[in-house]
Amino acid sequence: MSFFSFGQSAEIDVVLTDAETRKKAEHKTEDGKKDKYFLFYDGETVSGKINVTLKNPGKRLEHQGIKIEFVGQIELYYDRGNHHEFVSLVKDLARPGELTQSQTFDFEFTHVEKPYETYTGQNVKLRYFLRATVSRRLNDISKEMDIVVHTLSTYPELNSSIKMEVGIEDCLHIEFEYNKSKYHLKDVIVGKIYFLLVRIKIKHMEIDIIKRETTGTGPSVYHENDTIAKYEIMDGAPVRGESIPIRLFLAGYEMTPTMRDINKKFSVRYYLNLVLIDEEERRYFKQQEITLWRKGDVVRKSMSSQATIGAQRFEGSASSESSLCNDCTVRSLVSIAL
Amino acid sequence: MSDPTVADTRRLNSKPQDLTDAYGPPSNFLEIDVYDPQTVGVGRNRFTTYEVRMRTNLPIFKLKDSIVRRRYSDFEWLKNELERDSKIVVPPLPGKALKRQLPFRGDEGIFEEAFIEERRVGLEQFINRIAGHPLAQNERCLHMFLQDESLDRNYIPGKVQPLGLTMGCGNDCFLLFSLALFPFSHLLFFH
Repeated sequence: MSFFSFGQSAEIDVVLTDAETRKKAEHKTEDGKKDKYFLFYDGETVSGKINVTLKNPGKRLEHQGIKIEFVGQIELYYDRGNHHEFVSLVKDLARPGELTQSQTFDFEFTHVEKPYETYTGQNVKLRYFLRATVSRRLNDISKEMDIVVHTLSTYPELNSSIKMEVGIEDCLHIEFEYNKSKYHLKDVIVGKIYFLLVRIKIKHMEIDIIKRETTGTGPSVYHENDTIAKYEIMDGAPVRGESIPIRLFLAGYEMTPTMRDINKKFSVRYYLNLVLIDEEERRYFKQQEITLWRKGDVVRKSMSSQATIGAQRFEGSASSESSLCNDCTVRSLVSIAL
Repeated sequence: MSDPTVADTRRLNSKPQDLTDAYGPPSNFLEIDVYDPQTVGVGRNRFTTYEVRMRTNLPIFKLKDSIVRRRYSDFEWLKNELERDSKIVVPPLPGKALKRQLPFRGDEGIFEEAFIEERRVGLEQFINRIAGHPLAQNERCLHMFLQDESLDRNYIPGKVQPLGLTMGCGNDCFLLFSLALFPFSHLLFFH
């Protein structure tokens, strides 16, 4: 979001030091539009300069101070007035005075903590932005620049498979298995459905991925469910002893990492919903939560000093780890680097 | 050593299927035919009955092959019993056709061949939908409707216990599904 300074006496422009080299990430805004923003990680320094350009070069600009803020905030749509700021840093750039000509001010927020991932959802959004302000008596001149923050994780130490026997007494007994409980966003869900008893006439079976956004606390908790994917895994009637494989590639779907109780304001969780449909269109389903996490991209160049500091803040160690799954080989995994 | 950045997508191991399971008769065989409409009685006391034949291998039904005669009001009775006692949303019956029962019609009214056929189809769809529903299968009224020669309207409503052995595990091994009922109706949760 940015203010257009129509009718104002000056224009502010925020430019990052590493605007040329820093990666951008796509993010869908509240109105559904996809835009690109500079991508930051936890611990990285945010530095740059602001250009204050006078509209009328001859005229002086009186001001009560110039500052720049780095803000991380959560906004609940049903309570727009109250922004919950969890990061709030400010640097004063100029004391009250006047500008006789357009001027540039440098700023640097070193090793800024960015504990949560940028998120825009159905009922809540979490954003990070820089806000440069030229304070004036009547109305301030302000410019905001949104950035996107991704939270990275390493391969979890413990990642057990999910295996369960479920059903309806005497009608349908199945055993489902998913190879992991924690998947990264470009991972593959490998699993199987084993039929132990089939006394109903099944027509087909699918797996849905459901995203549940929870806002509010106590009695006013609100869940917003969204089916992100529907993937048919079986067409036709199975019998006892049959095993149906599952292979679902997550990279094709727009998902975020699992976010639990962010600043005690909201959660975003993901569920696999196994659905069996019989010939009379009756639906039998079993929901199972999975944890999604974001894997960092592997970089073969040497790490910059910024990235080293960033890497030290990740979960788990920066060294390689092994991940076990029931039927897969043990494999060692590459360390995360920015 | 496999490339660590590419996920392992090999299938999980599974038990090979027993051949008798693979090629034997499926355990979900259930077919109900509603056919052979017969109009009985004379004058204003006429009514139509239909033969209701059920063939099944589901253990919950005592008889694997049963034939009974039922009339439209028997189907209505079953619908009411299920609406009261079971948790399912009962599908609709074909219409009561009250207009056809008024006098001075040009045709046979409810004894028109085309009408009887239309009703027969509707009744067949109705009973098949219900009998295949896991939550209706243990209702005593359904068993009486399908397999007793006549309906005892003074019966004691209740549930039927499945015959023979159920699966060998104790109840704590099974987590039950949430079962969604006929389309667009409410979800039901078992615990």
